[in-house]
Amino acid sequence: MVNTESSYTVDDNVRFINSTVNSVYELVALIPGSDIILNYLKESYQHDPFRVLLELFLVFFAIKYMLAKRYKPNDNSVKLTNKEIDELVEEWQPEPLVPSLTAYDRMNLEKTPVIIGPQSAKPKVAGHTKPLMNLATTNYINLVASEQIKDKAIKTLRNYGVGSCGPPGFYGTIDVHMDLEKDIAKFLGVDEAIIYAQGFSTISSVIPAFSKRGDLLVVDDGVNFAVQKGVQISRSNVRYFKHNDMEDLERVLEEIRVDDLVHKKRLTRRFIVTEGLFANHGDIAPLPKIIDLKFKYKYRLILDESQSIGVVGKRGAGLTDLYNVNAAEIDMIVGSMATTLCASGGFCAGSHEIVDHQRLSGQAYCFSASIPAMLAVSASEALKVIQEQPNLLTELQERVVSIRQTLKHKALDPLVEFSSPDIDSPAPFFHIRVKPTFLKLHLKDDETAVPREDEERLLQDVVDECAYQGVLITRAKYVAEQEKICPRPSIRIHATTGLTKKETEKAAGVVKAAITKVLGKWRR
Amino acid sequence: MGKGRRSYTINTPALSLTPPRSSADHSFSVSPPEFLKSHLKNDMLNAAVSEATPTAAQRRNSVAKQKSYDDLEHQLEATPLYVLISTYLNYFLLICFGHLRDILGKIFKRNDYKHLLNNEGYAPLVADFDSFYTRRLYIRIRDCWNRPITGVASRTVQLLERVSYDYNRTFSLTGKINETINFASYNYLGFAQSSGPCADAVEESINKLGTVTCSPRGEAGSSDIHTELERLTARFVGKEDAMIVSMGFATNSTTIPALVGKGCLIISDELNHASLIFGARLSGASVRVFQHNNMQNLRELLREVISQGQPRTHRPWKKILVVVEGLYSMEGTIVNLPELVVLKKEFKFYLYVDEAHSIGALGENGGGVCDFFGVDPADVDILMGTFTKSFGAAGGYIAGDKAVIDHLRLKNHAYQYAESISVPVAQQVITSTKIICGEDGTDDGRRRIKQLAENSLYFAARLRELGFIVYGDQGSPVVPLLLFNPAKIPAFSRELLRHGVAVCVVGYPATPIITSRARFCLSASHTKDDIDCALNIISEVGDRLLLKVSQSKNQ
Repeated sequence: MVNTESSYTVDDNVRFINSTVNSVYELVALIPGSDIILNYLKESYQHDPFRVLLELFLVFFAIKYMLAKRYKPNDNSVKLTNKEIDELVEEWQPEPLVPSLTAYDRMNLEKTPVIIGPQSAKPKVAGHTKPLMNLATTNYINLVASEQIKDKAIKTLRNYGVGSCGPPGFYGTIDVHMDLEKDIAKFLGVDEAIIYAQGFSTISSVIPAFSKRGDLLVVDDGVNFAVQKGVQISRSNVRYFKHNDMEDLERVLEEIRVDDLVHKKRLTRRFIVTEGLFANHGDIAPLPKIIDLKFKYKYRLILDESQSIGVVGKRGAGLTDLYNVNAAEIDMIVGSMATTLCASGGFCAGSHEIVDHQRLSGQAYCFSASIPAMLAVSASEALKVIQEQPNLLTELQERVVSIRQTLKHKALDPLVEFSSPDIDSPAPFFHIRVKPTFLKLHLKDDETAVPREDEERLLQDVVDECAYQGVLITRAKYVAEQEKICPRPSIRIHATTGLTKKETEKAAGVVKAAITKVLGKWRR
Repeated sequence: MGKGRRSYTINTPALSLTPPRSSADHSFSVSPPEFLKSHLKNDMLNAAVSEATPTAAQRRNSVAKQKSYDDLEHQLEATPLYVLISTYLNYFLLICFGHLRDILGKIFKRNDYKHLLNNEGYAPLVADFDSFYTRRLYIRIRDCWNRPITGVASRTVQLLERVSYDYNRTFSLTGKINETINFASYNYLGFAQSSGPCADAVEESINKLGTVTCSPRGEAGSSDIHTELERLTARFVGKEDAMIVSMGFATNSTTIPALVGKGCLIISDELNHASLIFGARLSGASVRVFQHNNMQNLRELLREVISQGQPRTHRPWKKILVVVEGLYSMEGTIVNLPELVVLKKEFKFYLYVDEAHSIGALGENGGGVCDFFGVDPADVDILMGTFTKSFGAAGGYIAGDKAVIDHLRLKNHAYQYAESISVPVAQQVITSTKIICGEDGTDDGRRRIKQLAENSLYFAARLRELGFIVYGDQGSPVVPLLLFNPAKIPAFSRELLRHGVAVCVVGYPATPIITSRARFCLSASHTKDDIDCALNIISEVGDRLLLKVSQSKNQ
């Protein structure tokens, strides 16, 4: 009895399903062309139970995949109740936004000189009654004093106002910008140039515009901070070679080549990044050798000439001028108009393709207001001055040589060393560092090395002594903890034609005397 | 496409008269523009008038009178479906044609595609796929950007006419100059001038002080004019101290790494400016993003990140820095600062507000978004801003407590390595700030602020009346008008230019792919006639381009 009843229900169910399937089937059959598909399906499944199984299996997985929680890599979050979250939020105490200043920090702040009135070769500095002789700025050929540039700036002011009130893309490209771009390109001997609003931000924007994740940068390990930041933000693979060591560069390039061959890697963009005149070291990159290697191993070259533009080379056109290399062989020449040119902003020069790409991809170009017209005009005018008066560069060279000669004195030999020991080096500035042997002699009992802070303080004493005697010099300033390899503390001396030969000699003499005096007394 | 469906309403005056908080304040207030007055009840106006001159005591105890964000928020209007579909279709067609041309080009014009292929052992400078958008879409309409100008970009701007004979690959100047009404420059307060008190002061300072100090601030580039500017800026924004940087972009990108680092968290609005993202990436801190101006989303995110701590290790975060902009120039939205300050007190994070667009342009005293909402500047840890926009100069500042600024003077990259701000720029800012504050003894600054506020409100309201879809909150001097279809971007820009109106248009990737827009930047230098004239042209062009698609017209 029970049996028949249940079989009856089963039967009923089957009949219901059957009728439903049938009606669906009829519905589908109504669609024109559907019989072809239905026939195909029928035939393909008829003799193949395995296929049916497999497809069911796939459908099952597809559904499971869709219903599954989204996969997050490295997700190890803990499930917490609302109450626990409230407690944790309540408990959390942040560190102060900034750490409190140490005595050393305060010293750094207080000792920063403040110029009263105009910057010049002999500026007035707060705390000193007499003007100081200035060996601290990049005013190498005394363009800050140029009446020609001032007049041009004022004329521009009366035509263009001060700010440009917009990024280059949005009506911020002024005709004087285009003129300056042409002037720079012509000066360097390349196709085109693009100008940025700040020298420092230029290279750190140029590198990531070209080198992306997966690309390769081979970088000198002595490059300046701006280049380091550009390298960091590009997220490319980075290999460093020893500062200005061409054998090491070749070793790195060779290693990469072999590695690529072994692993059959896809060809990516590859760049060698180096500096022309190194801000941190005061020495000059061996450009011809680098160019050889770049062609041999098929790299593109990004050269930061921020320090060398305007001073190095016969015409002042930088390293390509110095080594007499065709500037077009360097893919990107990046420079600053804030150093020798005494204006503001930076540029990148290269082929049309290189420059054009940056107009859409250079972050600091696209997303920042363009440089004020009068500063662009100042830079153009400064280039003109350099081209019209090449004697300024020879004069400058004389000044540097004379400072170096004075400081090469025997009395200083056990105390300090110079970044570019070659007296005739074309670099218009150099670093003075305390000799490691001198530091070793003056270790305290419990010290294995003199702390950086003490060394900086010692150099600051030299700077103060010089200021007292009428010469303005400066320590090289770094954000030490963010530098990749922070250079040792140093004093940076800049020559300038703003001081006469006699004055320069006198100033160098003051520096010499100050070093002897301060270092002689140190830790006695 | 948008935050919600609530249609906009014009609420009580956006310039409701809150007690000024910046030290720049004077007993002056902006009254609501004429066209709004009719909507206002008398008693509201009376109340406004009585509040117009708050006493010093009132100003200090004014937290209760803060403006709230809801009053000025225009919810983003949803895109009509047919516009949505046609926009996607447009892009689909453009992309199809682009690929078709690529395929044919690679077969028949191999030389033109050489730079996209591996060439003698060099990888292409820009990848084929990456540059597709630029090569195939952007270049068609490239003439709408980088338009060269001459002279001052003030009320009008003189465009150098250019033509292209090779489909926008290169341009050449024809030598003709067209003068157009300028709705494109960030000249909010109209200080982009080549004459007047600012220019006179700048000329004098160049004669006296030269142009630059050619050394970083940290070495030998600090001069007394910098100190003066820093003090003035600090006073103007209502903070203890300030430091200045020679470029606006760099102000953000070099400061954020000096504030946070590994083990810290940056919480960033999804629409933050490139410079903030640049800085955040440089800092090495973790970054999380919250939905644009969505305080609920931020609250949830804060609860999550604080309770979970750092990823993997679950250690508590060292610091959390919430980074927002005061006025988002692409959207015209104003940050919900009052709510943020409440959250800040609850969650103890640090607040970094980028006032690149809002300083000078918002608030009764031009004191930026704090002034606008009546929020005490002390509640915001870092106030950043630029001098490029309202001040007609260049560069930027960071303002904060003395301890913070002193720390930044040592650790900010730009301060130690970059060139210092130039003399003419500094002088321009000093003089224009003094005018804004009324320290020059005239009410010129007040007049400019008032004019800008009136212009902005009037312009946005009229556009909405005309039936355009317009984004942006009440009071924003940037007014984005939605264009949607990619083909309308150049059409709008070129048509307006033909009729003598210069405007910025923005499309993907700067905006979401669907919401291409034109951006109007209002200025205090615009007269009512300028605006009416422009509105007529816009209306006419809008009719022809079928841009008046707003559905909330009659609500």
